[in-house]
Amino acid sequence: MYAVVAGGGKVGANVARSLLRLGHEVTLIEQQRDRFDRLEEEFEHQVQRGDATELNVLERAGLARPPDLVLALTGDDEDNLVIAQIAKEKYAVRKVIARVNDPRNQAHFDLLGIAPTVCATSSIMALVEHEVPEHELIHLLELRQENLEIVEVQIDRDSPSAGKRIESLDLPDGARLISVMRAGHAEIAVGATQLEAGDQVLAILEPGKEDELRRVLLRR
Amino acid sequence: MKALIIGCGRVGSSIALQLQREGWEVTVVDENEDALSRLGEHWPGSFLVGHGMDVDLLREAGIEEADAVVAATDGDNTNVVIGQVAQKRFDIRCVVVRVLDPGRADFYAARGLQTVCPTKTAIDTLTEAIRSCVISPAVA
Repeated sequence: MYAVVAGGGKVGANVARSLLRLGHEVTLIEQQRDRFDRLEEEFEHQVQRGDATELNVLERAGLARPPDLVLALTGDDEDNLVIAQIAKEKYAVRKVIARVNDPRNQAHFDLLGIAPTVCATSSIMALVEHEVPEHELIHLLELRQENLEIVEVQIDRDSPSAGKRIESLDLPDGARLISVMRAGHAEIAVGATQLEAGDQVLAILEPGKEDELRRVLLRR
Repeated sequence: MKALIIGCGRVGSSIALQLQREGWEVTVVDENEDALSRLGEHWPGSFLVGHGMDVDLLREAGIEEADAVVAATDGDNTNVVIGQVAQKRFDIRCVVVRVLDPGRADFYAARGLQTVCPTKTAIDTLTEAIRSCVISPAVA
């Protein structure tokens, strides 16, 4: 596989090194002189100096071949967006992965159809939600293309759904319970499943239905 | 008519002052508070400090009611992202974006963004100036 990695900071350099170790062909692009000099010692001809949002720099890195994969991993979201757009739309690169530095910019990537994206802050926050018990509704997975998400809900003694069968709950349209985890053992949720305090319930729902689901299961 | 101008450098501030003189209601956004001084001592329009990719700030600056949006920061990529957000997310019909790199200006122009490339204008003007000053003595 041929991959072009834009951005030779910690993320880009580590990804380029990992791809090379797996036996792939890689070109790394870095703009800053001092960083480039350091990278050149390790990556030799596999790193090129230049602004990866400039067409001639991208073409020198072989974008016209085109590569099997372009990774836009600079520390600037606007640069990553432009690199991804040019790679996809001008050079018809099949797979483009972009890094989101500021989670508030995620909406711009979505708006412009850049997917998949990776955001370290969002990943860390998802883990924080998972590890900190007072967040009673935890986002586990976002299915962006399907416009659905999977959440985990912790049922406790005060929850109105505790002691009730799932079929008797007035779940909102666009939300379904998937499974119930009890005492370390998970079961697929069916209508006859009775919820109990301490259950961890997985649900799939349309974004925006969280409050309704929370109200039915937890009354909060 | 309402105009929102992102970037208050030499270009953005001059456009802001010109439109304001022509009777537009102008709001200017810049990351740097000091840029306000470029608008003179008695700027009658609005001025907000912040980054043009911040959607909350754009809303606060009234992008939803804007008739025209100009992206004129010193970053080409920032400008094309702001321009596309104004066009696609806020449905602004008149979006003008400054792009210094001719390659990127062409790419985004082909995708429906109104780009203005001062570099291309400079190249054309300079080439034309050279042509005319070489030709005129020969004619005389």
